[in-house]
Amino acid sequence: MLDDFMMRATLAGVGVALAAAPLGCFVVWRRMAYFGDATAHAAILGVALSLALSISVFAGAMVIALLMALTVNLLTGRGYAMDTLLGVLAHSALAFGLVAVSFLSGIRIDLMAYLFGDILAVSRMDLAVIWGGAALVVALIGWRWSALLTATLNEDLAYASGIDPKREQLVLTLALAITVAVAIKVVGVLLIAAMLIIPAAAARPLSRTPESMALVAAGIGSLSALVGLRAAYIFDTPAGPSIVCVAAVIFAALSILGSIRSSS
Amino acid sequence: MSLVCVDDLSVSYGAKTALSHVSLTVEPGEIVTIVGPNGSGKTSLLRAIIGAIKPARGRVSRGPDVRLGYVPQRLHIDPTLPMTVSRFLRLPGGIAPASIAGALAQAGVPDLSGAQMSRLSEGQFQRVLLARALIGKPHLLLLDEATQGLDQPGSAAFYRQIETVRRDTGCAVLMISHELHVVMSASDRVICLNGHVCCEGTPEVVASAPEYRALFGSGTMGALALYRHDHDRAHDHDHHHDHTEVAE
Repeated sequence: MLDDFMMRATLAGVGVALAAAPLGCFVVWRRMAYFGDATAHAAILGVALSLALSISVFAGAMVIALLMALTVNLLTGRGYAMDTLLGVLAHSALAFGLVAVSFLSGIRIDLMAYLFGDILAVSRMDLAVIWGGAALVVALIGWRWSALLTATLNEDLAYASGIDPKREQLVLTLALAITVAVAIKVVGVLLIAAMLIIPAAAARPLSRTPESMALVAAGIGSLSALVGLRAAYIFDTPAGPSIVCVAAVIFAALSILGSIRSSS
Repeated sequence: MSLVCVDDLSVSYGAKTALSHVSLTVEPGEIVTIVGPNGSGKTSLLRAIIGAIKPARGRVSRGPDVRLGYVPQRLHIDPTLPMTVSRFLRLPGGIAPASIAGALAQAGVPDLSGAQMSRLSEGQFQRVLLARALIGKPHLLLLDEATQGLDQPGSAAFYRQIETVRRDTGCAVLMISHELHVVMSASDRVICLNGHVCCEGTPEVVASAPEYRALFGSGTMGALALYRHDHDRAHDHDHHHDHTEVAE
């Protein structure tokens, strides 16, 4: 079954969608969309470094994404507005990453594969890493779910319940770094944030509780991966962007449906 | 045994000192109100008690196994976060579904469990926050300007609910309020705060203290005197009670 490249690609897409759904809900609820973007963009620097040092791209991207997220956490509230800070860090990390890749003259690498993903080239090993990482992210968020929700609602409410919101923020940061690392191969660093945000945002009009929103987002993300890959195969379009396009169309359709329902 | 003991507490944000050398205790079953002008450190004091800010010096200690119920000053729920009232009450967990109805009834909003938080009116929202604070059966209820955004009858009704809750559950209440005339009549003890404790005692003692008059002037004094008068009269004729408070 895993011999078929389309089957491996589909499983990889669904794996990323499942991890991105609950995490993406928190990214949306906490207004961290740009934070997710910054972390993802920084990963290209991680890719360059791991190629230079000949270590696993997955590990390099994860470490740099984690460092980026921790730096942003550390620097917030020190004079710059959050969006300015993220703008500076995200784009500089991307630029430094692209420059660093150009120094790697010895190895010919296809930069496009890391910017936009190369889901059709997912190997069995990649698949194991993606599903392992996804399982870790889902387990981490599932374990901290109630504490994360409380901290997202209000920090003081969390403190009063004996929850440290800073620790919960760290859990999210860690989950984000893992997700970025496993999603590079599937959608590439430029479109990872889309996999986090679009399914969660699309799920909002259909949900009454946070839990149902996470489940519906997982469903929409998986559907996007399935349909997007099939469409890419039929129309010969790039696979990662096709997945994001399908998610965007679902988002638009559900938003229109939602506004019709609430106005009638 | 005091529920909470604040000993020589100082809190600062960078170079700015919000509180210096504040000491106070809250005993079981009493209603204590903190009054003070804007920026006097009232919210900082409450946040230090729940553990949200670390004291620069001094300490905050709780009695063994003292449970806190906290109603924050303002709670904004992002519209992208779907949340029913009953799900909100069960956060962060360990709450039996059966106790939800009880807490909502105690807070005076028995029929809201299925509603979306974003659809509630301000008054309903504050009462749901109160229900969430009550659901863990707290020994001490902490309220930070819980009637902000409510009109006069709404806040008067809210404070009556607090008194009912205290009578029924025996919990102590530590609250911050700007509505001096309503709150002082409902309190056993008042603490006047302005970066430090200016004065404290029964409402009558605080209202006549020169430090309090210097902060709030005599206009508020008049309102308080008037209110105390109404309140005393209402004790003689119980059926007038609601009428006098709401009509103010």
